[in-house]
This record gives sequence, C-alpha cells and structure tokens, in this order.
Amino acid sequence: MRKVAIYGKGGIGKSTTTQNTVAGLVEMGKKVMVVGCDPKADSTRLLLGGLAQRSVLDTLREEGEDVELSDIRSAGFCNSLCVESGGPEPGVGCAGRGIITSINMLEQLGAYDDAEGLDYVFYDVLGDVVCGGFAMPIREGKAEEIYIVCSGEMMAMYAANNISKGILKFAQNGVVRLGGLICNSRKVDNEREMIEKFAEKLGTQMIHFVPRHNDVQRAEINRKTVIEWNKECEQADEYRALARAIAGNTKFVIPKPLTIQELEDLLMAYGLMN
Amino acid sequence: MSISPMTHDPSTEPAPEPGTSAAHAASLNSAEVREKMLEIYPDKTKKKRAKQLLVNDPSAPAQIAANTRTIPGIITQRGCTYAGCRGVVIGPMHDVLHITHGPIGCSFYSWQTRRNLARPKPGQTNYLQYSMTTDMMEDEIIFGGDKKLAAAIREAYAIFKPKAIAVYATCPVGLIGDDIHTVCRLAKQELGINIFGFSCEGYKGVSQSAGHHIANNGVFKHMVGLDDTPDDAEFRINMLGEYNIGGDAWEIDTLLRKCGIHITATLSGDISYEQVTRCHTVDLNIVQCHRSINYMADMMETKFGIPWFKVNFIGANSTIKSLRKIAQFFDSKKLTDRVEEVIAEEMAVLRPVMEDVKSRCKGKTAALFVGGSRAHHYQDLFRDIGMSVIAAGYEFAHRDDYEGRAVLPTIKVDADSRNIEEIEVEADPKRYRPRKSEEQNAALAAGGFSYKDYEGMMREMRKETLVIDDISHHEIEKLIEIYKPDIIGSGIKEKFIIEKLGVPCKQLHSYDYSGPYAAFVGAANFYNEVDRMVNTKVWKLVSSPWRKDSSVPAKPVYAPRSRNSTEEGQKNWKRTGG
Repeated sequence: MRKVAIYGKGGIGKSTTTQNTVAGLVEMGKKVMVVGCDPKADSTRLLLGGLAQRSVLDTLREEGEDVELSDIRSAGFCNSLCVESGGPEPGVGCAGRGIITSINMLEQLGAYDDAEGLDYVFYDVLGDVVCGGFAMPIREGKAEEIYIVCSGEMMAMYAANNISKGILKFAQNGVVRLGGLICNSRKVDNEREMIEKFAEKLGTQMIHFVPRHNDVQRAEINRKTVIEWNKECEQADEYRALARAIAGNTKFVIPKPLTIQELEDLLMAYGLMN
Repeated sequence: MSISPMTHDPSTEPAPEPGTSAAHAASLNSAEVREKMLEIYPDKTKKKRAKQLLVNDPSAPAQIAANTRTIPGIITQRGCTYAGCRGVVIGPMHDVLHITHGPIGCSFYSWQTRRNLARPKPGQTNYLQYSMTTDMMEDEIIFGGDKKLAAAIREAYAIFKPKAIAVYATCPVGLIGDDIHTVCRLAKQELGINIFGFSCEGYKGVSQSAGHHIANNGVFKHMVGLDDTPDDAEFRINMLGEYNIGGDAWEIDTLLRKCGIHITATLSGDISYEQVTRCHTVDLNIVQCHRSINYMADMMETKFGIPWFKVNFIGANSTIKSLRKIAQFFDSKKLTDRVEEVIAEEMAVLRPVMEDVKSRCKGKTAALFVGGSRAHHYQDLFRDIGMSVIAAGYEFAHRDDYEGRAVLPTIKVDADSRNIEEIEVEADPKRYRPRKSEEQNAALAAGGFSYKDYEGMMREMRKETLVIDDISHHEIEKLIEIYKPDIIGSGIKEKFIIEKLGVPCKQLHSYDYSGPYAAFVGAANFYNEVDRMVNTKVWKLVSSPWRKDSSVPAKPVYAPRSRNSTEEGQKNWKRTGG
C-alpha cells in the first residue's frame, strides 16, 4: 500500500486535484482510500457526489466508543473509499488534535489492514503545516510520499517551500519523502519553467503540469470529478496523466528548502523574463 | 538605610555556638560552601545558579536573581500558575463555587491539599470540601470546551445556588483558546449571580507567583467594591496575605479582637464572598505575605485610599511589633493601652514556654526553603527560641522580597512578567478617601512610622548566611551534607528526601498536620513542635541500609513462589519484611 499525502497553500486546489487524481487511479483499477484531513469535511465531495459523509469525529462524538468502520467510511466513484476526519467549527477547539484522534481511530478500526487490499491511501490535508496536528499524516510513517500542489503565484510557492521544511524535519528521522510538485496552473507568466526550476532547486520534480480549464469548475458544480462528468474531455486526460505519473513515480527525496532570498530571486528571474 | 521599627537587626544576633551542629561546617566558610554547591554544575547552569545563590551581607544585600525561569533538571520546588491562582489566593473563599475548567488531574490534585480551613458562620455555606471540574476529555479538546463549561456552570448553579462562581483555566484550555470570559459573562447574565473566570493556565509564568498576580487582578476587578456597607467597628482593617493554614487566621483574628481591632476581611483565609465585596470599607490594610498579595494592597490604595504596611504575626517579637504598629497607625491612647495590656497578658503565658523550649533548642540551626514570605517569617520563631537560621530562600519570590521594596524601580521586567496583565487602576471618583491627613502622616513619619515598608529577608539575616533562590535538589543535599542543620522547613516535594538524609523536615506550606503557628498561641505550638522534632533521638537511631552496605539488593516485600500458595507467600513476606 502506498501512503500519499497532498499538501499545499489554502485554496490552491488540493481537494479538487486529489479527487480527480484518485478518479484516474480507480479508473485504472486501483483500490484507493481518501482521508480528508480538513475540519470543513469537503475533501470527498466530488467522489461521493455531495457532502454525504459523516465525519469520524462527529461519529465518535455521537456514538461514543461504539464506532464501526462502516459508520465513517463510504464508497464513492468506482469503489473509491472515502473518509472525512472532520473537526470543530471555525474559532473553537483544536482541529490539529482532531486529525490525530481520527487517524488513530481509523488505525484501530483496521482501515489500513492488509485485508482491506488497499493500493493507495490519500491524505488531503488542510493548508500549511501549522501545528503538530496537521503534521500528523507525515509523522510516524502514516504518509510516506508527499505531493505539494502549487502554482506560479508567489504565496503558493512560499507555502510549498514552508511545507518542504516540515517534510525535511520529519524525513530526517523517518520514512516520509517528497514525491514532487503538482503545478495547478494559474496562468502565471513562465509558470511551467518556474515550477520546474523550483522543483529542481528543492531536489525534486514537477510531476505534472495541470493546465487551467473551466471543465474542472463545470464538473465541480455537478458534484463530480472530471473523469466521471465527462471522461472524453481533455482535462480528464490531464488527470489520468497525473495519476499515471504518481503510479509510476520512483523519485522520492528529502527536500532542500530554499532560503527566502533564493525564492525571491527565482521569482524575479522568471516573473520578469518577458 | 535606616532600620524601621518593624525590622530585626541581625547584628545583635549571636552566631551559632561552638560545639553545636553548625560547627560541622567550621572548616568551610560560607563562600566555600557556596562554591561546593556550585562546582558540579555545567558552565551555563553554574552561571545562572551563582546569581541565585548568595552569601548574605545584611548591611548591603547583593542583587539576587529571582522570579526567573527554572533550569530544567534542577528538580525545582515550584508549582504552576494555576496552583497559585486557584490553590492559594482564591481557593480559601468558602462560599464561592470554584470550577476548574480542564482535565480531571488539575482539579483532583488541587482539592483540599493546602489546609486552608474555614468555619462558616450560621447561614453561610462552605464549598471547600468539594472539588468541581468540567472534566474535559478529548472531545472537548477537539471541538472546544466552552459548551461543556457553560453546562457545568448551569448544573452547579442548579444544585448549589451559590452567590458567585469562579472558573479557572488549565493548560489545555489556553492551548485550544476556549473563551472562558465570554462564557462567564453570558452565564452571569443568564443566572444573575457573579461569575468570572481566571486565565491562569499553568504554563503562564515561571512559578505559581504569576497565578497570585492573576488572582489579585481578578478578585479586584470582579469582587472588591461591590458592597459599600462598612462593619460597625471603630478600628477596621483587612488582613491581606493570610491563608488560614492550620487556623493561623483564627489565631490572629482572636488576638486582634482582644485588642479591639476588627478584621473585615482576611484575604484569603476563612473568608466569605460578602466579606470580599465589602473589604474596601476599612481604614487600613496590613500585609502578611507580601509576595502573594502586594498587588491587591497597592490597587486598593490607589482606588480607595486605604494605606497599607507590612506586618508579621509569626514569632512573638514580630507579633508584638506588628500590634504596636497598628496601634501607632490608629493613634488612639485607648487602643495603644489595650495593645500593651494584651501583649503583657499573652507574653506572661508564652514567656515560660519560650524559655523552657529555648533551654533545649538554643544554639541549634535551621534552614528554610519555602514560599515567598514564609522563609523570612519563620526565622523570627526560630530566633525566639535561640535557634539560628544558617540558610534560607524562597520558592517563587521576586527581588523585592529578598532585597526590599527599595529595589522595585530597578527590577527588570522580562518577557515572562510582561505575559501577566498589569491592570490600570485609578482613584474612584466617589469612594476614594485618604485615611490620614498630610499632617497626621507627617507626624507618623516623624515617629519613625512608614507605609509600604517591606525591607526584605536579606536585611534580617545574619552576615555570612546563605540565601538561595529556587533551591535545587542537589543544593539541598549538599547543604545537609555540609551543615547538617537540626531542622529544615520546606514543602512536601522535599520533605522525604530531607528526612531520608536524617534531618527532620517541617512542612511550612501545610504545617504537616498541626498548627496554628501564628500569634502568641501559635508561637507556643511552634516552639513545642520544633522542640519535639529537633530533640528527638529518632533521627540518630535510624540508619539507612545502604550506609552499611552500598550494594544492597532489592528485596521484594511480597514474592509468592506460586500463584496458589498464599501460605508460602505469607511466610516469604514475613521473612523479607522482617
């Protein structure tokens, strides 16, 4: 079983990219479980066709100790397995602690057991690595390969660099490695070249360049992944390509985060090239 | 600097006599002892501890490092901010319902451990036997504990109908950011009683001292001044910084009443909510524990015009000086005469006890490592019976408690202190009333009287004694090895290691199981207790097994050979146990 976590700046398209990629993998016949690690619990909406999932933490709260795997895990598109960690409303409690609790709960319920026959588990993690809780999927070997979704916008690259620092910290003492950057295009000047260069400097690769296309938005409105909504469209092939790239990936590295100066130099060099 | 009438002059005190236990250390002077204590430390630790471990010079106290972060690994005596706030300053208010917001441990271990006794009057309630908590679990940590807190307040109100509820935040509450103050405000509106919260998370300060400050602020903001009804008495005062451990406050109250002085409120020992709300109606605040409550004394002076000075009711001579100073303040012949009568009466009873005990204790030595005032106050009791204090230090005091309030302007406010709110207090437009005219104050000053006058512990300790802040376990062991004092006063954390080293230890937080030790009656109790402890032969009769053989193997007390053979186990138990 390959254990994958997707990180990236808030709003960059982690959940969308994750679900569309998972759709590509399940279409190839892989068995995949997606664990949404966001208190909003919207990481599996496209695979499930709506916000139909009861979160692990809500279930735990309502049912007490008596929780079954079937209470918190639903089957989505092409038998993908969907779990939402859930968490508190904005402004109260501790979402980080919630993620720790819910991943522990999944383990105890046997969600990762060999008997489940999983090929992949994907963790879709909210925003930056802000605290111990959000780092949970990358410590203790829960996720072994990380993909960072970014774009050519400065703040997205800045966040990607910061996440790399988190990975570095845990990679030195554990098994977690960076698998690559997924560029979710924002149509920034020289975006592809800049992210390729950025990836190279981090010691990794840009595993795929996902062009911007309105079909993604159309599929989302229909509560579907692009592949399910229109399997013939160009964008569906892009996600299939990303899925194949991840499936065939063998380059897993300990990242070398950039200094702020290096990052700004990179932006200057590519952003002002024309 | 002139010595005020409150201060003991250590130069008049004889050094320990030759042939007594203090002469153990005759071969080393205090500076050498200090070096011995420090020599084992790594450089950085040594540098820091050196500033906290001084050889005393009462005529010019050196600057001591106090109220700074504890070095990890020294095995500190200190407690946490929550303990200082809930456990010390507000805990003794007996009809305020105290709810600890947090997991169960903080609440359980702050339940009635401090022996702050209460004897409510008829019609009053006493919640001190209860321990109330929201018992936060993982669920509340994740989703926030404010709803559970609101429910706990409602439930507690429905059962007990208290006049006031105080809520205390523990560490996890601060980490997840539960807004306890809003919960309290809404509950106050809903239930119509006084409800307020304290952000006294354990990690907030370098010791429990931060909790005292937070408690002072909260009591002042939410309770003091709510009811303007004064007590009907001529000489009305508050006793601040007296926590009624083992009944100390009752002893002081009885003594003052005998003199004709009325205590409106003792903050905080055997005190009701209603007394706190009216305590601003007095004419004088006297301060026993300077460290834990000087904030309150200052704030009440600024807002209501009530002057304050430091007293000490621990020790006969200190009690006499304190009584005379109160009489001097009120400037009434009737009161002065009565105070002298009471002193004469009490001393007639106490003196024979003192002399008797002194005949057996004279020349013996003590060391005190406790509190933010007690290490100072108890020196007077030992002095009464001819014993000398060879080393003393506080657990959580600040520089002013060591060096005197004169150093206040020079105390560096560091980031840890800035973390604790300083509330801005102004004179109350209606209720501010100076208790003395300028002429009266000038006359008092001419008679050697001073307000706000704490001169600290170091000026009252003999030259060449050791002053040790936040003492480490290693230093305690070294101190015992070199000086072998006849008794050590400290707290529960050190008690048993001290006794294992063959020295009796008197707990001065909780008084073990005895007390009171305040005022004249309390002094007699303490003399007798110390006499019993330092003159018993028991410490010389016990010898640790490892002194005979350093490789003593572990002997299980109960080691049955087989699961079913109880009889065999019994025999075994007798053999190894015997």
